[in-house]
Amino acid sequence: MTDLTSLTLAEAREGLADKSFTSLELTDAHLGAIEAARVLNAFVMETPDQARAMAREADAKIAKGDAGPLAGIPLGIKDLFATKGVRTTACSNILGNFVPTYESTVTSQLWRDGAVMLGKLNNDEFAMGSSNETSCFGPVGNPWRRDGSNATLVPGGSSGGSASAVAALLCMGATATDTGGSIRQPAAFTATVGIKPTYGRCSRWGVVAFASSLDQAGPIARSVRDAAMLLRSMAGHDPKDTTSVDIPVPDYEAAIGKSVKGMKIGIPREYRLDGMPAEIEKLWSEGAAWLKAAGAELVEVSLPHTKYALPAYYIVAPAEASSNLARYDGVRYGLREQGKNIIEMYENARAEGFGAEVKRRVMIGTYVLSAGYYDAYYLRAQKVRTLIKKDFEDCFAKGVDAILTPATPSAAFGIGEKGGADPVEMYLNDIFTVTVNMAGLPGIAVPAGKDGQGLPLGLQLIGRPFDEETLFSLGEVIEQAAGRFTPARWW
Amino acid sequence: MSVDAATVRRIAHLARIAVSEDEVPHLQGELNAMLAFVEQLSEVNVDGVEPMTSVTPMQMKKRQDVVNDGEIADDIVANAPATEGHFFLVPKVVE
Repeated sequence: MTDLTSLTLAEAREGLADKSFTSLELTDAHLGAIEAARVLNAFVMETPDQARAMAREADAKIAKGDAGPLAGIPLGIKDLFATKGVRTTACSNILGNFVPTYESTVTSQLWRDGAVMLGKLNNDEFAMGSSNETSCFGPVGNPWRRDGSNATLVPGGSSGGSASAVAALLCMGATATDTGGSIRQPAAFTATVGIKPTYGRCSRWGVVAFASSLDQAGPIARSVRDAAMLLRSMAGHDPKDTTSVDIPVPDYEAAIGKSVKGMKIGIPREYRLDGMPAEIEKLWSEGAAWLKAAGAELVEVSLPHTKYALPAYYIVAPAEASSNLARYDGVRYGLREQGKNIIEMYENARAEGFGAEVKRRVMIGTYVLSAGYYDAYYLRAQKVRTLIKKDFEDCFAKGVDAILTPATPSAAFGIGEKGGADPVEMYLNDIFTVTVNMAGLPGIAVPAGKDGQGLPLGLQLIGRPFDEETLFSLGEVIEQAAGRFTPARWW
Repeated sequence: MSVDAATVRRIAHLARIAVSEDEVPHLQGELNAMLAFVEQLSEVNVDGVEPMTSVTPMQMKKRQDVVNDGEIADDIVANAPATEGHFFLVPKVVE
């Protein structure tokens, strides 16, 4: 039954519909794969009993002929999504054994459509990281390794568990979240497809908050079509999130295979960095050539404030994080430490419960919001953010349908290799993805090739607000041209 | 701009994170690396630019001012580290 795990979600849907196999068989195959891949540390909690119960329910519905669009499909859930009755920690010691008494909107919509939960996936603590090394459960291994090397590489972050599990065939798709690149960068590092939809497309309700004006949920999957199927279920208006947008969710799958003839694709000159590896440059030109061959028109565009996106992000995101994470005080939930008075109790719980990266960001956020510094840092960063968004608006106003860029400045790197001395070294990973969050736009990362060491590389497409469909159409063209990539199994 | 050791201690206290004396130099170095990195924003001309308040242009949604939830006190206190009945327990705050 092992080969059931190598199906795409779309293929599994067909197999379930024509009764080639049951959801229980499909689910068991994945539970077996998860058990055999514990060395990757992708799952922080396995829920086999719940998975089998949900699979049986899906099988009954399929038999009765009232199956939802994801009926019987086994998925992994990032540990940032609240799951009722199932421990949810954001991979932080401060949430310890938090067991939600409610379900996040995004996951409840997946269960509504018949999906099966295999368990909870590892991520950087509170989604703060680009390598999944800040998790309190330890780092995640990337199923990809360099040719001829046994060194374990990072899967990217913060959705490292999601990307690793999807790439290693442990689940058919996974939920993820993206605040500065946390869906697209790990997707690029693992040869998976990840889409961060437009801000407001998916409800943030029940998702542990990091930086509320930037956070968006989205799927990581093994093909562009699979990502389209998952996003359709995850997206939609939710009255419980005031930033959730009340517009209809299109059938994203219908965009797959749609002609891209005549589409205008922007190639932003500011993304051509000094010292960018020649392989990334080559991949980018190849991607452009594929889109051109499919009938799209390439135009050079300028996004002049690109270089300021990352520094502005490192003011806005920590500021919002310092405010969001103020709730972890050891009173209503989470870790409690003793102190001489209530202030000391808070200080000790937060010192003990937060990891180094989270403390650093909460402190920077506290500083830039503090009296006397607010205007110089936070207000200025929010003005720069307006300029970054205007760059994109100007570009789209000239008729550009989407923008093509590399997804990351490099392929996956080794565990412990980056950010040890200077946190900024790690932050630079998000240089191509963070602009998209700052402007609230949709962005998709699609596998496009490999580097000289056999590691996957991805391309990113950035779309107009709420035009995820164009990204799926263009992403499919890249996938058709580049093919799909599966790591050789070593675990 | 950069922060000194006293500022690091002040920020830690504002953020309600206990910091030991030997952690201060390390934190100071990291915070200053971040501040040096964001320093480049000072070269951007932001005269007359509105600060972003909402990334998607939208009206703040409002709902009817009616109770639509409640009677779930057991759920609310279910994850609390110390409770008595439906109350959260904390150290004495009033002398």
